[in-house]
Amino acid sequence: MVTSVTNLGRSGLSDWLIQRVTAVIVAAFSFVMLGFFISHPDLQYADWYNFMSCTSMRIFTLISLLAISGHAWVGLWTIATDYLKPTGIRFLFQAACALALFVYFAWAVQILWGL
Amino acid sequence: MRKRIETPCFRAINHGNSVNSKRPVNLDLTTIKLPLPGVISILHRISGFSLFLVIPILLWMFQQSMISLETFNELKDLLDNLFVKWVIWVILAGVIYHLIAGIKHLFMDAGIGETLESARNGSLIVLFVSGILVFFAGVWLW
Repeated sequence: MVTSVTNLGRSGLSDWLIQRVTAVIVAAFSFVMLGFFISHPDLQYADWYNFMSCTSMRIFTLISLLAISGHAWVGLWTIATDYLKPTGIRFLFQAACALALFVYFAWAVQILWGL
Repeated sequence: MRKRIETPCFRAINHGNSVNSKRPVNLDLTTIKLPLPGVISILHRISGFSLFLVIPILLWMFQQSMISLETFNELKDLLDNLFVKWVIWVILAGVIYHLIAGIKHLFMDAGIGETLESARNGSLIVLFVSGILVFFAGVWLW
């Protein structure tokens, strides 16, 4: 067993559950987006902007972004602990992933609320 | 004395800091034929990691689509470009595959499709369904 210090939930079982709950949230978001795109074949700016900037979609998008971050972290952790054996390299990789996910999240929040 | 697996490709190696250093490790991956569920699994990993890498592309597109009418229309024009369409199609294929293989995962969590036979069938279903959906994603894009 690899040390659980870098686990998101500090235990394998917790990570297992996080991975599934976040997966269902992201899947639900994907289906909503799919439904929107299919029902708007020739999408115009106003429709798109109004849809994505209404409060419910902003909150749903934010939840999905959090879910994506958590989901990606568990997945990247799994990959890192499987393939990167030297602790230093694995730590650097995980740090880079964490930084990237944080940047993604902050950027997305800016798009959702800052524009 | 405990029985040990004695094949040329297996040998006990000492990881030093690992918990169980006496576990046999197969060092020659070419001696293993990856079964279909294994192929599905590694593709799930590869697609997941790739999606992590392309998130900036999606965020940039989301940003351009939200800033203003001008940037939205610029993005729309950009999506008419053949190369850009291919890129989007590959990303969509990754999303679709990762989603379908993930649903298979949830079924297996529920105890469905865990036998040798049904795992193989489930893998074929994943390939078939995601193949069809990727095709329709292409039709939708063009």
